Amino acid sequence: MDKKKIEANKKGSGNAASLIKRITGNQLFIPIMAIVLLALINLIAGPSFFRVKLINNNDGNPQFSGSLITILDYGSELAILAIGMTLVTAASGGQDISVGATIAIAGSAMLRILCGSNQHPETLKAPIIVAFLVACLVGMLCGAFNGALVAIFKIQPMIATLIMFTAGRSIAAWINSNRLPIVPGKEFKYFGGVIPGIPIPTTVFIVIICIIAIALALKFTNLGLYTQAVGINEKSARLNGINPILIKFLAFVILGLCVAVAALIKVSRISSINYNVIAKDIEMDAILAVALGGNALSGGKFNMWASILGAYVIQFLTTTLYRFHIQSDALAAYKAVVVILLVLFSAPKVREVISGLIKKIFSGSKGNNGKKTLTALAAAGAAEGAGTDAFDEVSVSEDAVSTSEEESDSKKEEAVQ
Amino acid sequence: MKKVVALIMASVFAFSLAGCKKSDDKKETKAESKTESKTESKAEEKKDGQLIKVGIINNDPNESGYRTANDADLQKMFTKENGYDASFSYSLKNEEQIQYAKTFIQNEVDYLLLSAADTAGWDSVLQDAKAAGVKVILFDRTIDADPSLYEASIVSDMNKEGETAVNWLAGQNLPEYNVIHIQGVMGSAAQQGRSGALDKKVAAEGNWKIVKQQTAEWNAEKAQQIVQSVIDSGEKFNVIYAENDDMAKGAVAALDAAGISHGVGKDVVVMGFDCNKWALEELLKKNWNYDGQCNPFQASYIDSIIKDIEAGKTPEKTIIMEEKGFDAATIKQEDVDNYGI
Repeated sequence: MDKKKIEANKKGSGNAASLIKRITGNQLFIPIMAIVLLALINLIAGPSFFRVKLINNNDGNPQFSGSLITILDYGSELAILAIGMTLVTAASGGQDISVGATIAIAGSAMLRILCGSNQHPETLKAPIIVAFLVACLVGMLCGAFNGALVAIFKIQPMIATLIMFTAGRSIAAWINSNRLPIVPGKEFKYFGGVIPGIPIPTTVFIVIICIIAIALALKFTNLGLYTQAVGINEKSARLNGINPILIKFLAFVILGLCVAVAALIKVSRISSINYNVIAKDIEMDAILAVALGGNALSGGKFNMWASILGAYVIQFLTTTLYRFHIQSDALAAYKAVVVILLVLFSAPKVREVISGLIKKIFSGSKGNNGKKTLTALAAAGAAEGAGTDAFDEVSVSEDAVSTSEEESDSKKEEAVQ
Repeated sequence: MKKVVALIMASVFAFSLAGCKKSDDKKETKAESKTESKTESKAEEKKDGQLIKVGIINNDPNESGYRTANDADLQKMFTKENGYDASFSYSLKNEEQIQYAKTFIQNEVDYLLLSAADTAGWDSVLQDAKAAGVKVILFDRTIDADPSLYEASIVSDMNKEGETAVNWLAGQNLPEYNVIHIQGVMGSAAQQGRSGALDKKVAAEGNWKIVKQQTAEWNAEKAQQIVQSVIDSGEKFNVIYAENDDMAKGAVAALDAAGISHGVGKDVVVMGFDCNKWALEELLKKNWNYDGQCNPFQASYIDSIIKDIEAGKTPEKTIIMEEKGFDAATIKQEDVDNYGI
């Protein structure tokens, strides 16, 4: 019955409405809209925001400078974490809240290798690549620990990662026996700064490498498909020969790898570490990035690109707020407002009203058909909440159509299929 | 669900305590104190060889180099060789610290040494301590409580630190002062003292202006972003007043990336606090201009106060430690060696 109505609706309201719906229904819509909105706000406040200058930094190397570069640069860690967090969210239906603490651990391990037991060594004790590989190993071990708790012992992801969240920074401090080492030399600074001769921040290249890696993995392996299958329905995934334990475990290990890369950038920015404050609260931003990307935090289908865009939206917001001289301890409150808006926007009730409005606009513009006029009236009635009983009935069924249409890609329906 | 969380938190906490070296020491002290009293012991053990039981509540030693030095100093002083049976507990959160204080009072410590995370909220637990006969000595940080509730407080005068720094800055006779002010965690005594002095000066002088005042919560990365945002906005500034060394370092990283010169005789004056060894080395290299000391070596002061009280003397209520400010133009290598932490 619903399907018939959908068809009737499609015929009735024409291509324009369905196009609009296709656009607004796309997961990339919300993050792109957010970026456009933030860009507009900044444009109104003054176009200097978009100016990018080429300058020489204090080491004499050319470097681009400007707010847009700042957003690309400082959003990098978050974008990388968003990749791993999206997989974890999709596979396990939960989030890893320990990424900040594991960044501290991986970063600390990296410094331990680079500086040895000396707090201020004159030269590097080991090649950077060795230190980075060790950090990757440590990050993946932490991920494996979390993954084992979640996949094998079936502990709720947030509870399981709470252990690492609580103990992580102490472990990080213990690795360097509470010392705060400083990495000597300029080479290590390249990862969080610029490579001589290349004016674009190195972090941008690191993100691009990560994105290419995950894109290849999603395209040429079954990682994406299997992850979604496990997230949507673990039982049926297992019946189809997928090992849910392995998939969940793998998601956490990949996140661990992302954490190690983020740790490299974080530690490189200041050539040192502060166990207590490094990457503080970044886990919440990473989860917010996934949510901003329109991904269901309860798992299942995911859109990697939307999450990555979501990460840059958060950095865009942060940079914008700094520009408007908003106290940095109030940033969290503004992010909370964004979360509230997101939740509201994705709530069925609000969606009903919005889709009603959209219908009203389009039916109004091409109202030359009797049947359509009725629909328009019904939609208008629903939007204004002032329809008669008969119209109300129609509007209810209209809403049912729109809801079912929007949820046609939701995980419940897929599970049924 | 809450129970599970509570259980995990409890077990993690218990685990971390079990892993703590000090609790091992406590067990050992009981066994060894007997043998020690027979053999020669350099410690003047009071009450017929009994150790003085102290509970020490400090901020997390990982918070900063300052805290690491402070904790190391205390750990070195309060040992069984020096006649103390010490337990350490750490937190950056006031509520947790109050919980630790209650535990120590229940465990009947003789002295409670406290470096409070926040100035407020300590009255009732200190009254409990007084009722239980536990003597409280504050170190490093003051609290808003009646002075009768504690024996003594050994503090850095943060207001004076701020004033020393601001006076030094005023002495540089810059034509105008456009300051980026990077604050510590809001509400902490260090932030209030160091911000207060600058705010007062800016309000009083016509050519002093705050370009940006933001808290970076002692965090270098946040400081870097804050300074970067000012650079991006194109606003003019010539002073960075960071309330600790880490944040000054983050700020300098942003300046370096933007190709803005800093240090002695350069475009931007860089000021930090806490006198980390690496920070003083930056001064020596003339990359920074000023670093204010915040003396972390309080253990010897506390030790002498406890000895005074044990001998029946009444100590002074507030003991202010001597603190310096270092100028990059005059700093010497031996200053780095002596005062760097």
